[in-house]
Amino acid sequence: MADDDIILSELDDDDLVAQMFDDLYDGLKDEIEEGVHILLGRGWAPYDVLTKALVAGMKIVGDDFRDGILFVPEVLLAANAMKGGMTILKPLLAETGAPRMGKMVIGTVKGDIHDIGKNLVSMMMEGAGFEVVDLGINNAVEKYLETLEVEKPDILGMSALLTTTMPYMKIVIDTMKEKGIREDYIVLVGGAPLNEEFGRAIGADAYCRDAAVAVETAKSLVARRHNQGVTA
Amino acid sequence: MPAPSDRILTEAGLAPRGEGRLLVIACGALAREIIAIRDANRMTHLDLQCLPAILHNSPQRIPALVEAAVLEARGRYETVFVAYADCGTGGLLRATCDRLGVAMLEGPHCYSFFEGNDIFAEHGEGTTFWLTDFLARQFDAFVIRPLGLDRHPELRDMYFGNYEKLVYLAQSDDPALTEAAREAADYLGLEFERRATGFGDLASAIAALR
Repeated sequence: MADDDIILSELDDDDLVAQMFDDLYDGLKDEIEEGVHILLGRGWAPYDVLTKALVAGMKIVGDDFRDGILFVPEVLLAANAMKGGMTILKPLLAETGAPRMGKMVIGTVKGDIHDIGKNLVSMMMEGAGFEVVDLGINNAVEKYLETLEVEKPDILGMSALLTTTMPYMKIVIDTMKEKGIREDYIVLVGGAPLNEEFGRAIGADAYCRDAAVAVETAKSLVARRHNQGVTA
Repeated sequence: MPAPSDRILTEAGLAPRGEGRLLVIACGALAREIIAIRDANRMTHLDLQCLPAILHNSPQRIPALVEAAVLEARGRYETVFVAYADCGTGGLLRATCDRLGVAMLEGPHCYSFFEGNDIFAEHGEGTTFWLTDFLARQFDAFVIRPLGLDRHPELRDMYFGNYEKLVYLAQSDDPALTEAAREAADYLGLEFERRATGFGDLASAIAALR
């Protein structure tokens, strides 16, 4: 809770981080931005602020979302608060060459403008320490392939809300196969009308039923690839 | 028999009367329309069962609940018909109905079959947010509250920022409903359009049942 009488700058580091967990949970963007500035001002490395305050805090949000305690509106607010913190940290992380969990290119498929789920995945992935290149909505296969070529991510994420647009994911994956690049990437798919069977049928590596599952699946598959010595 | 209140149709659905040789298992959002079609065609053999309309917001639950209803009806009716389109089940409802040997409505969802599946397929979803009579009446229960807009109106543009227009597909000619739909469009910051569809493909599909 962001009680009016709590002065963030007066809290010691442990209490401040605990308070930031609460503020993330409550979606308080201004307080998160303030907390990030305070920790940086105390000499924290940007990577430590990311992992120990934001990522750890978003883990609680993600777990409660997965367990049905938090719902989409609350997670959107939490993710938006985290994004405020990330905006401050991003340039600093780039400057300091901080390690990262992996990189993801994500977007909704051609003909589909529904991006709530995609945005949640994008924000939760950033909250878990991944670098995310968000292509936004309505992406043709050419856009996906061009971005894969430039960004060289570990993961391609595709999202669709409509029964009429979800088959487009197969077009993207089939084109990747034709070009011989399918195995260079982990392909995750998601969206309300999808299911595991559909994910398997189109040749994705996994179907993720929500943003929390997407993060866990991404972590697990990226770790497996790294263990196998595969790099994009 | 009139349809129950929208609130009951949203949350609980409608139990069948247990009379007649044809059972239609429908989304609660279609109850009024199916009753009107039944009465207009004097289909006294048609019994109606509705699942809660709020399943619209969790379509992954629809196939299992429809299957349970179909199995429950086995032996009690000569024919069972499922008055759902795909409705966001990603083909799973079609697969379920095929496996059970029951017919269902054609099309991706009610917006499509109300307008006419052929017409809807021509223009597609685009950047339009759709309302029907039922959804115009139940906008609060299906949109505002589940999306948390009552508590966090600042989320509106995160949800609806990519839409350009709200199209109200009107099954009835009710100025109050048109006004409610227009208010919904204003609330979401979208252009408003009303299209009178009547019952569209639903009318012919139900009237053709024997």
